[in-house]
Amino acid sequence: MNKSSRFVFSSLCFGFAFLYVPILVLVVYSFNQSAITSVWGGFSLRWYFALFDNEQIIDAALLSVRIAAVSATFATILGTMAGLALAQMGRYRGRLLFTGLIAAPLVMPEVITGLSLLLMFVSLQELVGWPMSRGASTITIAHITFSMAYVAVIVQSRLSSMDQSLQEAAMDLGGRPIQVAFDITFPLIAPSMLSGWLLAFTLSLDDLVIASFTSGAGASTLPMIIFSKIKLGVTPDINALATIIIGIVGLGITIASWIMLRQNKNKENG
Amino acid sequence: MNTSHATNEVIKPLNMNFQDAMWRKFITYLPYLWLLLFFLAPFIIVLKISFATPIVAQPPFTELFDLDSDTSRWWLASWENYQFLTEDNLYWVSYFKSIKVAFISTIICLLIGYPMAYGIARATPIKRNILLMLVILPFWTSFLLRVYAWMGLLGKNGIVNSALMHIGIIDSPLQLLYTDMAVYLGIVYTYIPFMILPLYANLEKMDTSLHDAAADLGARPWQVFINITLPLSIPGILAGSLLVFIPAIGEYVIPALLGGLDSLMIGRTLYDEFFVNRDWPLASAVATILLLILVIPIMLFQRSQRDKPQS
Amino acid sequence: MKTNQPTKSYVADTPWLDREASPFIQIKNLSKNFDGTPAVANIDLNIYQGELFTILGGSGCGKSTLLRMLAGFETPSEGQIIIDSKDMAGIPAYDRPVNMMFQSYAVFPHMTVAQNISYGLKKDGIEKSQIKNQVNEMLELVQLSALGKRKPHQLSGGQRQRVALARALIKKPKVLLLDEPLAALDKKLREQTQFELMNLQYELGITFVVVTHDQEEAMTLSSRVAVMNEGRFIQIGTPSQVYESPNNKFVADFFGTINFFNATVQNANQDSKVLRATLEKTGTELDAKFDGNIHTGDQITIAVRPEKISITKNNPEGENLTITKGVVEDLAYYGNRSIYRIRSQSGRIIQVSAQNFARSEQLALEWDDEVYLSWNSSCNVVLTE
Repeated sequence: MNKSSRFVFSSLCFGFAFLYVPILVLVVYSFNQSAITSVWGGFSLRWYFALFDNEQIIDAALLSVRIAAVSATFATILGTMAGLALAQMGRYRGRLLFTGLIAAPLVMPEVITGLSLLLMFVSLQELVGWPMSRGASTITIAHITFSMAYVAVIVQSRLSSMDQSLQEAAMDLGGRPIQVAFDITFPLIAPSMLSGWLLAFTLSLDDLVIASFTSGAGASTLPMIIFSKIKLGVTPDINALATIIIGIVGLGITIASWIMLRQNKNKENG
Repeated sequence: MNTSHATNEVIKPLNMNFQDAMWRKFITYLPYLWLLLFFLAPFIIVLKISFATPIVAQPPFTELFDLDSDTSRWWLASWENYQFLTEDNLYWVSYFKSIKVAFISTIICLLIGYPMAYGIARATPIKRNILLMLVILPFWTSFLLRVYAWMGLLGKNGIVNSALMHIGIIDSPLQLLYTDMAVYLGIVYTYIPFMILPLYANLEKMDTSLHDAAADLGARPWQVFINITLPLSIPGILAGSLLVFIPAIGEYVIPALLGGLDSLMIGRTLYDEFFVNRDWPLASAVATILLLILVIPIMLFQRSQRDKPQS
Repeated sequence: MKTNQPTKSYVADTPWLDREASPFIQIKNLSKNFDGTPAVANIDLNIYQGELFTILGGSGCGKSTLLRMLAGFETPSEGQIIIDSKDMAGIPAYDRPVNMMFQSYAVFPHMTVAQNISYGLKKDGIEKSQIKNQVNEMLELVQLSALGKRKPHQLSGGQRQRVALARALIKKPKVLLLDEPLAALDKKLREQTQFELMNLQYELGITFVVVTHDQEEAMTLSSRVAVMNEGRFIQIGTPSQVYESPNNKFVADFFGTINFFNATVQNANQDSKVLRATLEKTGTELDAKFDGNIHTGDQITIAVRPEKISITKNNPEGENLTITKGVVEDLAYYGNRSIYRIRSQSGRIIQVSAQNFARSEQLALEWDDEVYLSWNSSCNVVLTE
């Protein structure tokens, strides 16, 4: 290996180590009998049992999953529409502003989006009486808003690399625009829509700042609970929670990759 | 019926039926309306409230004007929040600190991320996919928990200190947590996939025959890199840097968990003004100024996205 | 299917010469502007039922834009398109009696071959059993019978093209548009497909409009060719017309190779339409037939095809011959023919192409040989632009 490849190789190693060592440490110490991380007290599952007894955490987890599922679904629908509009509807009035509105949520600091949405909800309440109280629904609306930008970018990117003549051919053969969308476009962007959904789900599940701003009494999401606990310092039951989450994610990705590999193999064998 | 248009506007054929026209309008304008209502309009409200005064009430701020009270005092809006911001040192320091931290973190991300992206782009297709997956995987696990992991590592009783003491390099634990260094570490750790992915997308698409041509003309490897690879990867560098820099300026969680109290970043300042001091108008003013600072980078980002949408 | 030879003569059908015949496709003063730049500029064209009409031009000449306007994917900035007496203005692509075969074939990757072919019929609301029969018929016609259940990624490029063709033809369109149909095929497949397309068109009687940049393709396939450049038609005619009687240098040079000579008109007989001119520098005299407004003293260009020129070692001295002298500069042997580059007395290079049939004159030419070039004066094409 010449010098530059060695450099690249070692930076790859260093980079991945940097990414994964903290996660590994979390996992290892979730099985630590002792409550103090630096002291290894032996292998134990006590923190996992403690988790399952903790109603607060379980309720919060269920709430987070519910919010994530709903917001991901709507974000995918709206984001796909946005991606379609950007990629295919040519120029229309206000398009420039729209591209800005889609790009901005991708980089906007969460404190700003959170604050602005909360103030929006408060003003709406004054003006029209809705939302009566903040909670799961306002959090969901907030999540839909920023997630749809991510879905839009994914869908738009897939659409622009797709052969445009496929849709034209369908039109040429007698398909009206709505039919073409359902016959041709959606099947072809379906994988991107799925990735978008998964991304939106993760973003929602993981969000702390925006949820803190837009939530109300009684609606605590999992990140909010975790944050209030870890603000005070390291607690081992959170380690256990982390390991569970990592396990689920790892499993999910493995299954997804396996499915994709199978699909590719099927394609080749015909 | 002839249509005369001088531009490449999408011209709807004149007798597109009602259904098709509605479909087009629906697709184009529904997401637009949503974003106008829930993304853009809120910013205007923030601006409006930044001119209000905090009161003990629900909601905890005054209206901009009160038409019922007597005429000399009907205009309640004031600049006092902004005045306060410019007078109190805390805020200037926070803004500058945030920019500084974001900037340095971006540079570090670039220095670590570029070789990684380069290595991944150069790998064989199978390895490439595995490596990419490995880069993205941490991103799917909870960001909060990953920052928490660093708390465990850097604490007085944490792994790093224990290891160093064990080896004998130090005698008593170092203050690693609640320092600026911890914040840098946290930001780089969290945001590095955002640097790697756009860079990778750019490097992967690069035409390697340019490198071969340069080498053929006598350029040494590092010259090929400086003269060809680097300049061509500037769009990727720009996209990745903006994806890190802009959100990092307003970052709250990482400074809250890993940072010290000596100098706060603006995200924390805003959060504290809002939740701790319950001063909504002041928080709004802080947010407005932050937005103003970010307008130009955000426009830059939007420009870079316009030419090449990257996933 | 049929053998690889065209089964009928196409030249016999010349509806464009029949004053009574009304054109199937009428294009009147058609223009299309993109951001102010004209892609298609004031085009007039009549295409008759049953023609295999080719629009020929380099990239960027506007031919694809014209095709897309016919299909309904672009709206004209100006002008009209009338198909089968019906004005197409405002009619979207999905309502036109026109179908298109795209350059990329655009076969739907997520559907089987049979599903692809039946798509158009499904959109028309035709009964399932009917669809099945027609699809099977089509599969037979394009020789893909066994492949109905396959997916496109399992097919070769040529097979995918047949799917695209079948898919379009099953709708029995009045006009079939083909965008560079032979471009993606290798040489052998190209020749085969060429004949198949011609036969198919003749059998089905559908009007074909083909767009291509390949002049060979245009000449072999078409009943008529329109040469297009920068949004306008330069010349419209049968393949032999555009090849043998180009009306300007652009068209002349577009097909194969041609020799240009600058000449001055000595005498232009307006009654017999024959002129006498002298080539510049050499002063060689020649006669040529001409059209239009040419007068004594005009500067014109004489164009002669390389294969019309004979090379001899001695002066051939015959009637109706244009004769000039030169020196062999270069020669290239192609087996069945040879190409010679002769430097004439004016210093210009003249290209001559000769079949290598049995030589009766022991004509073995070497570099620097002095030779006579001669051709029948009827081969002189007079060009003024």
